[in-house]
Amino acid sequence: MPPETPKRKGRTIEQRSIDPAAQAMLIRADELGLDTAFTRAEQMAPCPIGANGTCCRVCFMGPCRLVKDGQTGVCGATVETVTARNFARAIAAGAASHSDHGRDLAFTLLAVAEGEAQGYKIRDPFKLKKLAEELGIPTDGRPVSELAHDVGEKCLAQFSQQRGEIAMIERAPKKRKELWRKLKMVPRGIDREIVDILHRTHMGDDQDPEHILAQGMRAALGDGWGGSMIATDLSDILFGTPSPLVSQVNLGVLRKDEVNIVVHGHEPTLSEMILAATSDPELVSHAKEKGAKGINLAGICCTSNETLMRQGVPSAGNFLHQELAIITGAVDAMVVDVQCIMQALPNLAQKFHTHVITTSPKVKITGAIHIEFDEHHALDIAKEIVRKAIDNYPNRGEVNIPDVKSDVVPGFSHEYINYMLGGSYRSSFRPLNDAIMSGRIRGVVADVGCNNPRTTQDASHEYLVREFLKNDVLLVETGCGAIASGKYGYLLGEAAMQWAGPGLREVCEATGMPPVLHMGSCVDNSRILTVLSQVVAEGGLGEDISDVPAVGIAPEWMSEKAIAIATYCAASGAYVIMGISNPVEGSPVVTDVLSRGWEEMVGGKIEFVVEPEEMVRRALGHIDKKREALKLPAYDPERFGRSGDWRVLELEQLSPEERAEALYGQPASGD
Amino acid sequence: MSRYIATRAIRGAHAIVGEAASMLDKALSEKGADTPVSFPNTAYYLPLILGMTGREITKVGDLQSVVEQAKGLLHPVPPDRRWTPYLGETLDSGMATLLAEETIMALRFIYGLQPELMPGFALAGGTAFTSPDNGSGPSADGHLNGPIDDIQLRSWGIQLVDGRMPGFAAIVGCAKTNEVAVKIVRELQRRNILTFLSGNVNGRSIIHQLKEEGVELGYDTYTVPFGTDTESAIYALGFAVRSALTFGGMKGGQARNILLYNKNRVFAFVLALGEVDDLKYATAAGAINFGFPVIADTIIPEILPTGVTTYEHVVSMPFNEIEGADDLERAERLVQKCIEIRGVKVRVTEVPVPVPYGSAFEGEVVRKTDMRVEFGGKHSRAFEYLLMADLDEIEDGKIELVGPAFDDVPDQGAMDLGIIVKVAGRKMEKDFEPVLERQIHYFVNGASGIQHIGQRDIAWIRISHAAAEKGFNVKHFGEILHARFHAEFGSIVDKVQVTILTEPALHAEWLAKARQAYEERNVRIGSMTDESVDTFYSCTLCQSFAPNHVCMISPERLGLCGAYNWLDCKASYQINPTGPNQPIKKQTNLDPVKGYYSGVNEFALSASHQQVQEVSMYSIMENPMTACGCFECIAMVIPETNGIMVLSREDTSMSPAGMTFSTLAGMAGGGLQTPGIMGHGKFYILSPKFISADGGFKRVVWMSSILKEQMAEQLKEVAIREGDPDLIEKIADERVCTDVEGLVAYLAEKNHPAPNMPPIF
Repeated sequence: MPPETPKRKGRTIEQRSIDPAAQAMLIRADELGLDTAFTRAEQMAPCPIGANGTCCRVCFMGPCRLVKDGQTGVCGATVETVTARNFARAIAAGAASHSDHGRDLAFTLLAVAEGEAQGYKIRDPFKLKKLAEELGIPTDGRPVSELAHDVGEKCLAQFSQQRGEIAMIERAPKKRKELWRKLKMVPRGIDREIVDILHRTHMGDDQDPEHILAQGMRAALGDGWGGSMIATDLSDILFGTPSPLVSQVNLGVLRKDEVNIVVHGHEPTLSEMILAATSDPELVSHAKEKGAKGINLAGICCTSNETLMRQGVPSAGNFLHQELAIITGAVDAMVVDVQCIMQALPNLAQKFHTHVITTSPKVKITGAIHIEFDEHHALDIAKEIVRKAIDNYPNRGEVNIPDVKSDVVPGFSHEYINYMLGGSYRSSFRPLNDAIMSGRIRGVVADVGCNNPRTTQDASHEYLVREFLKNDVLLVETGCGAIASGKYGYLLGEAAMQWAGPGLREVCEATGMPPVLHMGSCVDNSRILTVLSQVVAEGGLGEDISDVPAVGIAPEWMSEKAIAIATYCAASGAYVIMGISNPVEGSPVVTDVLSRGWEEMVGGKIEFVVEPEEMVRRALGHIDKKREALKLPAYDPERFGRSGDWRVLELEQLSPEERAEALYGQPASGD
Repeated sequence: MSRYIATRAIRGAHAIVGEAASMLDKALSEKGADTPVSFPNTAYYLPLILGMTGREITKVGDLQSVVEQAKGLLHPVPPDRRWTPYLGETLDSGMATLLAEETIMALRFIYGLQPELMPGFALAGGTAFTSPDNGSGPSADGHLNGPIDDIQLRSWGIQLVDGRMPGFAAIVGCAKTNEVAVKIVRELQRRNILTFLSGNVNGRSIIHQLKEEGVELGYDTYTVPFGTDTESAIYALGFAVRSALTFGGMKGGQARNILLYNKNRVFAFVLALGEVDDLKYATAAGAINFGFPVIADTIIPEILPTGVTTYEHVVSMPFNEIEGADDLERAERLVQKCIEIRGVKVRVTEVPVPVPYGSAFEGEVVRKTDMRVEFGGKHSRAFEYLLMADLDEIEDGKIELVGPAFDDVPDQGAMDLGIIVKVAGRKMEKDFEPVLERQIHYFVNGASGIQHIGQRDIAWIRISHAAAEKGFNVKHFGEILHARFHAEFGSIVDKVQVTILTEPALHAEWLAKARQAYEERNVRIGSMTDESVDTFYSCTLCQSFAPNHVCMISPERLGLCGAYNWLDCKASYQINPTGPNQPIKKQTNLDPVKGYYSGVNEFALSASHQQVQEVSMYSIMENPMTACGCFECIAMVIPETNGIMVLSREDTSMSPAGMTFSTLAGMAGGGLQTPGIMGHGKFYILSPKFISADGGFKRVVWMSSILKEQMAEQLKEVAIREGDPDLIEKIADERVCTDVEGLVAYLAEKNHPAPNMPPIF
């Protein structure tokens, strides 16, 4: 096929992505004349009014575009109100997405409790019991199924609850809860706060930007400390609480001679069952009949994070890899559930043999095959999907799998981190707190969030990680940011030896942990809230999340969920930096409310910063400011780095005689 | 951990758990599942296993579940690349190692292989390995110590809590040279740090080194030889577990609390001497669970980040690289570093004498054959007399010998001696004279090679050949007393002057003066009653170990440890007004019979952190005083007799309650009020206020014979006071019976008053 001149507006392959696997596939797409999100982003300039948040389309007296100073909408809505309303609505949509995910898991748990969920079981009864106790459910002598039932019901009630407080805010530090209560910011029920936003941002309701945004925080807290937290906990209960394991990421995990099934989206429920189906002997032999050596399951986006964290299912990549995976020609089925699934997939798939299979009752895409998932018949459905993928294997055309993949060690649930730092008997966050207090670890950065084709894929993630490691900052990651780190070798114990500053390296060498901890999918940002709360509870780093030298950054964000996450982190006391662009750019006042205003009110804030160098500067500045406020020693890497294996490994090189001689060290000079 | 340590430790753990499993299989087939297993003289079964798992192991078969649990804690060795975290896994493997090691030691006991035999070895000071059949069991000779028994643990308790004994060192391995071994141990002794010895390098142990150098090892010298293998280091951790159970009020199975208790309150560390092998790494990983850091004198990986331990986890101090003029200086620095890493608070008073000095030497015995000279005892008369003087009347630091030194006394001979100490200070009171005078015993005993027994005019002091050869003479007693009184009682004592009397005429004159003073003091103390003062004292010294316990000390009820009476507390309060002994105004006397005072109740409520609402000073039946774990005696109601028994800490026999002291101690201690059982001081038995609300001394139906012997004279007087001069003979002891049936019969036969008294309930 003669290569067509690629259509691009001044972006080189390197400017589209720093990932060599992505680059190879983008070249391939160009050769085939295929559009991808990368090229579409180049051709689609963002709507300047929407980008600034100044387009109001909540009623049909408009839509109104506020582009001049002092201009108002037909109803008189100011630019402050309009940007705040748009921002709040994005929070509502993001919170709804995460929370609905949590709700579905509660339904699955109930179905398991009632013995009606084919193929599922409780994998972590210990965590179930612990959660039951936390929710005030009697546990003594009760069978697991009863507990599961009560926990499922109680979790569901969190969504529909109308009064009082959602249960899991109890996990927050005391001071934080008191502040929320004082500000009337504790979510009453997860759904209620989302509905409240939709109501108050309807034409002619709340028209005070700070007031609108305060409700935004309340709804977002219902996500972080409600829907997402439920999603994380119930996923752990149903599919196992993650602990570290070795796996691989990037397109190179696809196999030329096996049936490749890629699960993509956000939920673990179906993908766990597909994983089970891939080892079904009948299906394996069916695959062999079709000429394949076996069945290979891989993931993309957060469904991938769910299966990577728990089962070590390799990841084919992050959000922007969904089209690239299809372009390999090696994907026999891409099975999607919810969120972040590009509509471009079925069209692109038509150019190859790939089946795009939608499965969620909530998600149908024109041109895709729809096989609706139902947890009551999960295994049957999973088998049907796998069979469909196998049957598609002989239809493959040319296959181009880039030989690019990296080893990763993911699986850092907060339960495991506790264990990691002290074993079964002494599990605690003490060593982490000590490391931060001593300055071995300068602070913690959560590098999270999406890919966005408007910027070079992974470039900001990679740069931030490299810089922070050099500065002895521990990274915790989720979502597509975590997969990005995996691609460049940061999710490995070895990474500490190569990239980390002396203090962080010592801590990593003492524990064996990578300097970048992969904590899960984007709903698992709730794990970061739990970690921060436990760090506070452990003592020595202040009384509130806002005291901890920590920063959250979403440098390549793109979804409304990212806004919801940023908001609940800020409302929980964290400093959050978002890249790309400022969605409330149109209103300096609202921009200021989100940063200075919120910092005064809740101790956390959101700032929009485009340049990664500036993100590093601000993040380190914030960390050092918090260290100073805690009266911790100023960061000084010179003081650390002596411990480790180096000396004894030198000794091991010697012959037994020389070793015996050298055991007591070199005689001190002048002796 | 570092990956290297993780690898070695996990490998070692796999090996030792495997060994435990095969030893257990062997024992099961050879001895059978029902064969009893136990460590001697402990109520805590196999203490580490009890503490960590809650299992009360009594027979071989019980160990199967322990070995299974140990296996469950093992993890794979981390690979050379693409490793997953290993710290938690290594700590777990360390715990598996400890479970396996204790299993192995328990099994060795049933094969007669513990305590480890070492022909020609004698434990210091005759502190024999106390076997259940004390006296007829193994003697002090020919074997190492084995596990520490509960009696010793409790008697060290008060020293561990009041800081006299700042912590313990578990030494594993073999020092670079014998000279270094001795120096390390001496440095630890000088700081009163309890030292446990175990392990070897290529078959040679520090125990061999010390034995060769003639260093006395045993309870009395604070240096306890456990065994020449690494496994025996488990006894140190068993000791650590029991300190949490004994003093911390914790129960078996509360593993996390027990470990944290040790991290926060027990200042211990591991000192690995010589090459570290897999099993030592594995055992060290177990010790780190307790928060005990590990220091090695060889090159090993360092783990300097903190958290599981308070300071650094693992420190390497390659011996040759320690700054120092010679190996002895290096050894000294090594010990200093250990102390620094554990954060042990050590207060060392420099005492200018030519022999090593420290509490670790307090228990040393000078045998007749090792003796250069003695003062007191059968062949001469020695006395000590401390009196208060005006500030301008004495000269601080003046030490005077009046009469000849002992140069002319033949070897192993005796001579008369008087030690007269005059102290002056603005805050000194006449009442403190006996308090300070009693310290002479401890102070003099701290010198290595000097033995001091008794007090007042029954003092008996020996100087060993070794000490005399180093130049120790009688004037050094003065040096010791001058230095120590300033160090310990500096806030009430400004000047100390000592006169050593050997001149016969003056000796006789001062002895008479002293005796008159003793008599006056007896009368003064004897006349002091709870009613005659308006202030009692608290003692919360043990709260560092037993956080909710508080002693209430009145003139007629001394502290349960026996170490603190009302005057001691009063002096202690003068010395340290914010210290553990606080004055308690009695305030309203709510019930003079049972001894309820509103001031005492208020203080108890607050100092026990709301655990204790009310304390009756004189009743065992109603809100009795709580206990930590250091008590000298346990009193317990025997319902069938309508009386109580009093069991001594030193009595290992069975009691009519069906339990030994160790087992009962678990019920009496930990800061809990349990009506019917109470820990108390020995001399409280003699007090008119001894359970006076419940009928007083006449309730005593059974008493350990050792108490009867130790206090024979005083008990006679008590019997007279109680109006029944033959009462002591009517009280049974373990020689008469150790069961209730026997006791009831004996009481009936002797016509003991208790059964006819009003019902105790």
